Amino acid sequence: MAKSLPELQAIAKRIRRDIIEMIGAAKSGHPGGSLSAVELVVTLYFDYMNIDPKNPTMPDRDRFILSKGHAAPVLYSVMAELGYAETPRDQLNTLRKLGSVYQGHPDMRFIHALEASTGSLGEGLSVGIGMGLAARLDGRKSRTYVMFGDGEIQEGQVWEAAMSGAYHKLDNVVAIVDYNGIQLDGFVKDIMEVAPLADKWRAFGWHTIEIDGHDLTAVRNAYQEAEATKGKPTAIVAHTVKGKGVSFMENNPKFHGTAPSADEVKLALQELQ
Amino acid sequence: MPAKTKFEVKLGAATREAFGRALVELGRENKDIVVCDADLSKSTMTTYFAKEFPDRFFSFGIAEANMVAAGAGMALAGKIPFVSSFSAFAINKGFEQLRVCAAYPHVNLKVVGTHSGISIGEDGPSQMSIEETGLACSLPGFVVMAPADEPSCKALVKAAAAHVGPVFIRTGRPKAALIYNGDQKFEIGKSIQVAEGKDVTIIANGLLVAQALLAAETLESEGLSARVIDMHTVKPLDRDAIARAAADTGAIVVAEEHLVDGGLGVRVAQVVAETAPCPMEFVGIQDTYAESGQPDELLEKYGLVARDVAAAVRKVVARKR
Repeated sequence: MAKSLPELQAIAKRIRRDIIEMIGAAKSGHPGGSLSAVELVVTLYFDYMNIDPKNPTMPDRDRFILSKGHAAPVLYSVMAELGYAETPRDQLNTLRKLGSVYQGHPDMRFIHALEASTGSLGEGLSVGIGMGLAARLDGRKSRTYVMFGDGEIQEGQVWEAAMSGAYHKLDNVVAIVDYNGIQLDGFVKDIMEVAPLADKWRAFGWHTIEIDGHDLTAVRNAYQEAEATKGKPTAIVAHTVKGKGVSFMENNPKFHGTAPSADEVKLALQELQ
Repeated sequence: MPAKTKFEVKLGAATREAFGRALVELGRENKDIVVCDADLSKSTMTTYFAKEFPDRFFSFGIAEANMVAAGAGMALAGKIPFVSSFSAFAINKGFEQLRVCAAYPHVNLKVVGTHSGISIGEDGPSQMSIEETGLACSLPGFVVMAPADEPSCKALVKAAAAHVGPVFIRTGRPKAALIYNGDQKFEIGKSIQVAEGKDVTIIANGLLVAQALLAAETLESEGLSARVIDMHTVKPLDRDAIARAAADTGAIVVAEEHLVDGGLGVRVAQVVAETAPCPMEFVGIQDTYAESGQPDELLEKYGLVARDVAAAVRKVVARKR
């Protein structure tokens, strides 16, 4: 299901508009980290992963875990666009409302096609390691992709998981760090510096690739390089811009966890024409 | 129901040993059984499984949080993982992962804690798990069990593998007195009456079942007839057996090798309050941590032997009427 670059660019723009509208309608949520992850998630779902939205339980499918669960809107919008039965497009604006499948953080009880329930930071890679071990044991080609925020990897469990991924030589697991430099309280470097990030993953025994996380070609190449890398897991350190695509949200810590006002939604949607 | 005969303390294997042996049998029956351990396999006895099924045994190093969540990931990918460590580490260091990765999505993960309670002995309080039953029971959808002896533990480990959903099993370090001869059938959530009686009911689990049986003998010689129930499943509780005990005998003592706060006792009390309220007494660890010592010395010092159960029975019977 490979897509052309212009097609992917158009999809990325639609996803960004969805994110703004959903969070605007919810009046709460995390726009910045959803917008920074768009190209990384879009490339996986529309261009790279072996998935079938009509058959979400296919045993050989690739799996994606959004460990930074607060970026749920980007995942919901992508799944809706792909036509998963459980994620209707016309309900995206019920995000965070009582009874909605679009829970504040991804919840498998509401959407079974999700691979994990996430939201408590730092846990997704461990779950992905388990999935990678199971796939290898069963001789399935299934690959597992786990996306974190950069603030999230301050959690110690991430590094326990990193150690175990290298120790178990899980070349079917890919860690993706959405390195946008901002967390809730401010800039990552001011809250708890995580740099030098690529060096850390290398030191933990991961094949490490640093890319511009908004460059669709670079993103695709990184996923390809990860798949070609045998005997060790791959970490993709993706340099991104928090709030990417909306001028007043870009690099603005306020929009880590604040919904845009009605006026800001209008402005943002104009920019995303 | 066994007739009341003299209870002779005959030691069987430790429940952790029974767990290790059961895992091997499970591994032979089902290739989806996988085992994870955090550098304690020689103590948790998962080493037996590791030797026979090295491909299905995963070492996670001393990193319980990662191990528990990775176990959940294996379960999400169709495996039946048993993750094991000392109870103190599996539950406390893995609690957040048990909550978010196992309980909340109701994942088919089995967690077996060994070296539970204070009968671990010389290692002392940092390794002793006296809070974990309360913590495990607080997780929605979890089954929580505390088997008394070797045959029951073996059977309940197998029942856990057959059950779809998250399970925690509490096992111990020392050899445990045999309660059963191996013919007994065990079912999750179904308690077993191990002695009949009409004046009072002692509800116990783990090592305290044997102490309850010993207490019942002493009490019989004093003219008090005590029913003894092995409540091997703490969650879901056997409500019918508890309500019947309350109605039939009018007094209940609960005995466990766990903090009184949050343990079996408070859960039984809730059912009694909801069904047939009657006087109750609780044998367990009071609001404290223990210390180093030999297991028997510790159980005695912290009030967890037959003498303490008998004293609680006398007290509760005096409160009847």
